[in-house]
Amino acid sequence: MNGRKHLVEKIMHGIFFILGFVTVACVLLITIYLIISGIPAIQKIGFFEFIFGQEWKSTSDVAKYGILPFILTSIYGTAGAIVIGVPIGFFTAVYLAKMAPKKIKSGATAAIGLLAGIPSVVYGLVGMMILVPGICEWFHLSDGASLFAAIIVLAIMILPSIINVSITALEAVPKEYEDASLALGATPEETWFKVSIPAAKSGIAAAVVLGVGRAIGEAMAVMMVSGNAPNMPSLFESVRFLTTAIASEMSYSSGLQQQALFSIALILFFFIMFMNAILNYFLKRGKER
Amino acid sequence: MKNIITVNDLCLWYGNHQALHHIHMDIPKNSVTAFIGPSGCGKSTFLKTLNRMNDLIDDVKITGEVRYNNQDIFSPSVDVNMLRKEIGMVFQKPNPFPMSIYDNVAYGPRTHGIKNKVKLDEIVEKSLKDAAIWEEVKDRLHKSAMSLSGGQQQRLCIARALAVEPKVLLMDEPTSALDPISTAKIEELVTVLKEQYTIIIVTHNMQQAARISDQTAFFLLGELVELDSTKRLFSQPKEKRTEDYITGRFG
Repeated sequence: MNGRKHLVEKIMHGIFFILGFVTVACVLLITIYLIISGIPAIQKIGFFEFIFGQEWKSTSDVAKYGILPFILTSIYGTAGAIVIGVPIGFFTAVYLAKMAPKKIKSGATAAIGLLAGIPSVVYGLVGMMILVPGICEWFHLSDGASLFAAIIVLAIMILPSIINVSITALEAVPKEYEDASLALGATPEETWFKVSIPAAKSGIAAAVVLGVGRAIGEAMAVMMVSGNAPNMPSLFESVRFLTTAIASEMSYSSGLQQQALFSIALILFFFIMFMNAILNYFLKRGKER
Repeated sequence: MKNIITVNDLCLWYGNHQALHHIHMDIPKNSVTAFIGPSGCGKSTFLKTLNRMNDLIDDVKITGEVRYNNQDIFSPSVDVNMLRKEIGMVFQKPNPFPMSIYDNVAYGPRTHGIKNKVKLDEIVEKSLKDAAIWEEVKDRLHKSAMSLSGGQQQRLCIARALAVEPKVLLMDEPTSALDPISTAKIEELVTVLKEQYTIIIVTHNMQQAARISDQTAFFLLGELVELDSTKRLFSQPKEKRTEDYITGRFG
């Protein structure tokens, strides 16, 4: 009897191990595949030529594979989205976690959840229909599809993660800290900004990094509003991101062009790995305290 | 002796549950008043009413009056932040902010507008000395307060409360989370502090009340059963229920 129980336990243990291993194996497989398929093009084109080349002409007779425009667009686009999205998301989180009446809080939380669940193609569509013509009109441009439009869409897309993670961080601040501050005669506002927010800062930093990760990896929505021309980035120019460079050419690419796209994927992968490492650092530091 | 706090016919409800029933109490200046009673008898609730920390809880209703220096603390003209500056509080669990020792003590004065570094240094040193912890921390003022022991943290919290120069200090079971040596230090501190401050202390420990307080209030089921000088309350209680409690027949 006991032996059978032991056997069942062993089998279950094995099943869970295999299931867990599948996830890890996927990550490993993707990493290895990306490295193997991304390296050749970089070798053929030359590392500096590839990374710092300012021209991408993959289909011309004398093909040029410089991805600096994509790298800078991705960095500027993400930075812009953070500059706009973080203050809005952060103050929304402070409001919802600390000030809002229960009814408003539950309504707003539901709306934010919904915002997170909207597919990115819908963001792109709405951006295309409303934002792009709007920008075109406000700034008197011939075409509104631009880095600016992509920044606005990205800023909205990263709001839910920033708000939710910040709220969690703010709510995890022990009530004792706030009580102590109030009992010293500090106003609630002083208490939030001098005690609650500093105590939650590693969680809030994690929220920002998570937003960066989402923004840098987004492809569909930005492709629909950014115009997708491989220019060096400028706020009101048509631009192409690392993600959209892959998505827009992969379907018809071949040879070196295709290999170069894999190399772009590899670069993007490193960016995201880097952001994840930073995220983990903040989360870990938050837990240790 | 002059009364610094006078409570008249105070009732308090949490929703539909009445937690305090018609409390009357006078608290003389520069004295130590102890609140004793079993868990859930309303002594902490009453304590938190005195600096209006109960305002923070939803659905609390209060009737009656609490006069601090002859001013009704529930009157709309009272600035609750100034009231809490005057009536400081030390909590059951030591709750220093996750900042340096110095910043913990300087937090209150900074909040009330003191920016001058020299002045702040002075306040921090004086408060830490008054809380009898200066000698232990003077060489590491800029280290995190979290690195202190529980007893040190609690004395730091007392220093933090003293730094805003309150007149009254409310202490909600300040030693219940501490070891006997730390407890003794804080009890000693209380008897020194009463020369400058009025102290109200909630305690589970009747010996503690007997050791450090001038008057003792016995609470039961939200009622103030008896209030008398500590000596009389413990030697000749007037009420049967007080006698039962202090002789350990229940609670």
